[in-house]
Amino acid sequence: MSMDRRKFLKVAGLSTLIGLGGGSAFELLRPGKVDAEMEHEGHHGGHHGEAHEKAEEAGPKTRWAMLIDMKAITKEKAEKIIHVCHHIHNVPDWGNPKDEIKWVWEDEYEHVFTDSYNEYDEVLEKLPFLLMCNHCDEPPCARVCPVEATFRRPDGIVAQDYHRCIGCRFCMAACPYGSRSFNWLDPRIKLKEEMAKKGRKLNKKFPTRMRGVVEKCNFCVERLAEGKQPGCVEACPDVMHFGNLADENSNVRKILRERVSLRRKLELGTKPSVFYLV
Amino acid sequence: MIEKALKGSSVYWGWVIFLLCIIGAGFLAYLYQLKVGLGITGMSRDISWGVYIAQFTYFVGVAAGAVMLVIPKYLHHYTKYAKVVVFGEFLAIAAVVMCLLFIVVDIGQPMRMMNVVLHPTPHSMLFYDMIVLNGYLIINIICGYNTLLADKKGLPCPGWVKPFIYLSIPWAISIHTVTAFLYAGLPGRHFWLTAIMAPRFLASAFAAGPSLLVMILLFVRKVTKFDAGEEALQNIARTICYAMIVNFFFMGMEFFTAFYSNIPGHKATLEYLFWGIGEYGNLVPFMRACIVIGFAGIFILLVPPIRRRPLWLAIGCACVFLATWIDKGVGLVIGGFIPNPLEVITEYHPTFPEITIATAIWAVGGLILTVLYKVTISVREEEQRV
Repeated sequence: MSMDRRKFLKVAGLSTLIGLGGGSAFELLRPGKVDAEMEHEGHHGGHHGEAHEKAEEAGPKTRWAMLIDMKAITKEKAEKIIHVCHHIHNVPDWGNPKDEIKWVWEDEYEHVFTDSYNEYDEVLEKLPFLLMCNHCDEPPCARVCPVEATFRRPDGIVAQDYHRCIGCRFCMAACPYGSRSFNWLDPRIKLKEEMAKKGRKLNKKFPTRMRGVVEKCNFCVERLAEGKQPGCVEACPDVMHFGNLADENSNVRKILRERVSLRRKLELGTKPSVFYLV
Repeated sequence: MIEKALKGSSVYWGWVIFLLCIIGAGFLAYLYQLKVGLGITGMSRDISWGVYIAQFTYFVGVAAGAVMLVIPKYLHHYTKYAKVVVFGEFLAIAAVVMCLLFIVVDIGQPMRMMNVVLHPTPHSMLFYDMIVLNGYLIINIICGYNTLLADKKGLPCPGWVKPFIYLSIPWAISIHTVTAFLYAGLPGRHFWLTAIMAPRFLASAFAAGPSLLVMILLFVRKVTKFDAGEEALQNIARTICYAMIVNFFFMGMEFFTAFYSNIPGHKATLEYLFWGIGEYGNLVPFMRACIVIGFAGIFILLVPPIRRRPLWLAIGCACVFLATWIDKGVGLVIGGFIPNPLEVITEYHPTFPEITIATAIWAVGGLILTVLYKVTISVREEEQRV
């Protein structure tokens, strides 16, 4: 079962990779076409070796990235984003820091940019920074996972396989951003309680998890597969910008060319894919 | 040979039943944890490893410590250790079993444990830890059992066992090096990100394992006819003392680098552990006690007239064992999570079920050790009679 899911995710990742050429995700899932596309990519440009080298130098065709506009964000918008994300992904609200699961949450400048905190910057100090998985290019969590339950997809998304995770929590020790949560208790019990007491509705399109596994933001990979934008972008399109960092004509690259941006703990070499526009 | 564990005094059986009761209580607590989840422990999103992994780390060291007897005996043919080396090997067996149990109780989905074997992942240090720990267990079972069997028959150890004994030396180093690598390779955890982690682990291991052994051998001398030999005990004590001095020296180097460079991230955990930060200072009494007790242990074991008195020798070893336990079994793992990556402090309070489970694993180790040592001592007593 887990293999199937994993293979599916890999194929889905590959399909997104090729997906730039146009065409829907489902069309591209046809193996023949994927192969043909790859062939095409590899030999494009005439001379064999040279073209290949160039293709390698150019790196991947897709690297998803998230831009958070700190000039557009407000407390209300941040809360809305958290609410939408946690409802799309059936994240229970435990209401205490010991058991809590967070995919996206809010914190202050001082805690978010621990390495480059500037105490004289009174503008940044007052802003609600949104935190999530950084989908690093060099993810330490994927490096330490003993079962490859967490892995980096070719499109840059750091995915988590809830069916393979053994719950050792090595990834939580390795993540320098504190982006990972562990299901200390059974999340389904809490969700049922919330459904009964608060009238919460489950998102039937996204699986609930079992206790004893790690989870985190997945850049809404399930929505990307359907050609939709991530939930947070849909909730606040003026704050959240999602796009392909590998494409220099993409929306995110255009914004990054014009705006000043920050990324967290760059000195660690993790190469985060989440940018804060300040 | 193993049947000798079934013949014992009422005190022996009382002890075994006592251990079994603790194990039973721990087993019930574990069933509760399996049913409800790791939420019954004091661990949290911020402190994601607790008592279990801390004890695991400490006992890897105890297991590796056995090599301090194997090296003199087999590489330097130091015959005074001939009678005690098997005690070291059996201690390693008990300690490694404890380590494996601590891992099992710590993981959230123990039924998926075999995924580590099904999906071998060479870029994960846990993969190597699995190999070296299980390997060390097997090597020590082979060496310990065959050494004792040969002793019983009054024959030299069979030739094919020798390569395993030599292999056990680098293997002992490897188990603790790989365990240090679990921590020392993580970006963003300043307290753990230190190249001296593995050497320091080894130094404290070579103090911890043998100190437990000396305490047990002194006890054995008191209650049975088996005597490990004064010179052997004194020499192990010297080893413990030097290893403990090196351990504290390495700890001092951590302080120097952190405080002279004055980099906040590097200082934070040490400040938390030894002075407390703001209102948070749970571990301060432990860590300060560790320093005092550790130096007391060094002093007792360093001064020959004190060390030669059996009671003081036992106290000295107890000091070293306790100090290394606080350092590695409490401060090192918990401290690494404080402050968290967002520089927020969450403290850790182990719960009753969590401590019950951990105590039960100690009891499992105690039971394995009791049975193996009972067999060994019975064999040795027979030898002495003949």
